[in-house]
Amino acid sequence: MHELAVTESLLNTASEYAIKNNAQKVISLNITIGDLSNIIGDSVQFYWDMISEETICENSLLVFKRIPAKFLCQACGNDFEIQGELLPCPKCSSMDLKTIRGDEFLLESIEIEKDLEEKE
Amino acid sequence: MNKTTIPIVKNILNANDQIAEENKAFFTNKNILAINVMASPGSGKTSLILKTIEHLSHECNIAVIEGDTAPVTIDADKISELNIPVIQINTGGECHLDALMVRNGFSQLDLTNVDLIIIENVGNLVCPAAFHLGEHFSIVIASIPEGDDKPYKYPNIYRRIQSLILNKIDLQPYVDFDMDYFRKGIEALNPGVSFFPLSCKTDEGFEDWINWLKDKLQDNN
Repeated sequence: MHELAVTESLLNTASEYAIKNNAQKVISLNITIGDLSNIIGDSVQFYWDMISEETICENSLLVFKRIPAKFLCQACGNDFEIQGELLPCPKCSSMDLKTIRGDEFLLESIEIEKDLEEKE
Repeated sequence: MNKTTIPIVKNILNANDQIAEENKAFFTNKNILAINVMASPGSGKTSLILKTIEHLSHECNIAVIEGDTAPVTIDADKISELNIPVIQINTGGECHLDALMVRNGFSQLDLTNVDLIIIENVGNLVCPAAFHLGEHFSIVIASIPEGDDKPYKYPNIYRRIQSLILNKIDLQPYVDFDMDYFRKGIEALNPGVSFFPLSCKTDEGFEDWINWLKDKLQDNN
């Protein structure tokens, strides 16, 4: 969907933290994408390569971790992970489910390179 | 050189959410109820807004923010004809409104004495789902000709709404639309969501939607 907007936001956040931590450059970004978030890693990567050029994040690596959606059955209290959507609770077949995980798009951490001398 | 890992754990859509919270606080402060109207193109967003204005404008003051991808003022002109303050936001091809665009929009409107602000999002069932604008309530307008499978194909947008309108029910005799299948999908995604099957053309069912909106307006005062 709106991967460009999301990728720009990613670049701003990563650059902000990198500069704050006196990084020389950013090596990699660890990103968590929930299965329900509708964000396509390949598209983010595509935009990333373009917009990170000539920034502190140039040539950095995007490392994606996908996490499956997790639902809580409101009828029997069972919580379960599921691949597809709109499936009933495997325990009691109720459709009264609450999403408890799966719509995240998080920047977990960045790996940066620092100049040793500068640090000392 | 020294490699270090910097923990961040930040939601990437956070910047938008923050502005959305500020917008919401602004509306709340001014006693304005803000509604975000989302739907696919052609489901009847503008028709519903026009008809809602017709039903409500004698008892409250309404303003409208129109989101459009192209700089055509077709929708905004229709609303302007009713002497309702309206501002059009051209997203320049972007597939959704975001909180900053909405802020830039409402800051150009005279909101003195306004009770209700209706934000018509860009016609799209995917992207608007991820961007809060500062609304108090989000609604989706589905319609009979779109088909009964939309909740299954675009689940995210149905999850975060407080009210669902099913428009064009006057067309039901001519379209294969399985109401049970549609409702089952909705119930799975958003159990107990307020549901208003109606027709903007015949007015059937419209009163229930207006009453829901009136209740929310009353709670807001």
